[in-house]
Amino acid sequence: MNARVLDRTLLYGSAVVLAIWVLIPFYLIAVSAFTPQSNIADYPKPLLPSAVSIATMQLFLESSGIVPAVLNSVIVALLTVVVGLALGVPAAYALARLRFRGREAFRAVVLVTKMFPIAILAIPLAVIFVRLGLYDNLISVALVHAAMALPFVILIVGGAFVASSTDLEEAAETLGSSRWGAFLRVALPPAMPGLAAAAIFAFVISWNEVFAASILTVRTRTLPAQILASLSTSPLALKLVAGFFMVLPAVVFIILIRRYVRAVWGPR
Amino acid sequence: MHTRTGRLLPYTLLLPSIVFLAVLIVIPMAQALLLSFATDSGGFTLENFRRMLADVSFSDAWRNTFLLLLLIVPLQVALALAMALLVNSRFRGHRWFFLIYTIPLAVSDLAAGLLWLAAFTERGYLNSVLQNAGVIGQPVLWLSFDNFAGLVTAIVIAESWRTTAMVLLVLIAGLELIPRDVLETAELFGASRFRRTVHVVLPLLRPSLQSALVIRTIFAFQTFAVVFALAGRNLPVLAGEAYSWYATNQDERLAAAYGVVILGLSIAAIVVYLRLLGPREAEVQR
Repeated sequence: MNARVLDRTLLYGSAVVLAIWVLIPFYLIAVSAFTPQSNIADYPKPLLPSAVSIATMQLFLESSGIVPAVLNSVIVALLTVVVGLALGVPAAYALARLRFRGREAFRAVVLVTKMFPIAILAIPLAVIFVRLGLYDNLISVALVHAAMALPFVILIVGGAFVASSTDLEEAAETLGSSRWGAFLRVALPPAMPGLAAAAIFAFVISWNEVFAASILTVRTRTLPAQILASLSTSPLALKLVAGFFMVLPAVVFIILIRRYVRAVWGPR
Repeated sequence: MHTRTGRLLPYTLLLPSIVFLAVLIVIPMAQALLLSFATDSGGFTLENFRRMLADVSFSDAWRNTFLLLLLIVPLQVALALAMALLVNSRFRGHRWFFLIYTIPLAVSDLAAGLLWLAAFTERGYLNSVLQNAGVIGQPVLWLSFDNFAGLVTAIVIAESWRTTAMVLLVLIAGLELIPRDVLETAELFGASRFRRTVHVVLPLLRPSLQSALVIRTIFAFQTFAVVFALAGRNLPVLAGEAYSWYATNQDERLAAAYGVVILGLSIAAIVVYLRLLGPREAEVQR
């Protein structure tokens, strides 16, 4: 009995310690982001804030370039979602539902692009985009982000298509529905939550990406590119608010799609 | 069903993705080689690589990238393994803990650096806690340019914290492949939880551990924003140098040379990964 109690205590104890380790930076950044200007230089800082203020947050949002950068980030992320789904959904359907030669080869392509350092390719791409007149353009950033998001979209949507039944789709075709009609009316509806999860994951990839966005833009910066460019000049309080502002939507989104996140770094 | 269009359908569906990836990966890779190895008139040159090797920051960047890799990867694999084994023991409430452990997956490397900045600055929370506990008499300058160990510690903590979630997902997927009855048999024969973990679970988890190691190694070559956020330019890394040569010094050829180095390292790691995965893929094949 005693051994059992000890076992339980160890189990929960370690689980709680690890949870605190994961959560503590979120707590510290949230407290920092809402510390009043007058308390920012306090030392030693209390772990529980004595006063709360949105003044620093306001200052951050009013500082030059932030609002346009947020808009640019949202536009790029939405373009990434559109391109990612337009390319990824058909590919995911083929992988999940159809048998054909080269299927395993394409699987390997997805696996490799998932790991490939596509962001680094922004350097040669920048030179190409300058020549094409696409440099410093949100579309060029979105294309690179879509290439990064595509394997993840294929994996998440593919998982959703595998989970829904093939029999029903075949039955619909036997009953005279066209392949396209069967896809729209039978295969697609149960896979919609998977599509939504893939869209959100693609959005987060783009929202977070900093290397390619920084290399490919000069004036039309996304939020991470803007923050990176002003790192050496902006005061500490603004950097902390910037961190909080970047993290908040991404964390909310990941929690929303938690059921699908598991598939993302699975064995294949 | 087996009409001509039926047989062509899968390829029609895959073609857009394949063309897109080819255009955005193969063409820029060729361009990267051209930029780094070719002269303006199209001849072959090693000049860019010579300049890269001669650059004072190159050897530092090379050393720091591998130093961070060697410190971060084992630490996060250990943390992720602890999390994975705990979650997989399916105790009451394990789902909540799993959710918490995966949250950092949403955090970018830049944001992770900024989050941990709140802890590591001179008047930050780490010094506050240590001072209140009486461990230090005055604030420690963790992120000062001349405190190499402090800078490395901060970066290792921030990056391990962020990327442990990804390793956790790889390991959890691996744990789920282990048949439950294998564990039940071990339990039936009286093996303790510790012995079951060491003698049954860990050997079966080896392929997942290996792939987690290689995936993280590939990503470690791209580390730069977390370094910039915590250390500024005081701790050069390969990807950071590539960025600086392009964005600050506007030397696209030298930036491309750094890019080629990072691509080469990554491709080597991917080849290792595919080799490791080869026999296992066949095993899991339905």
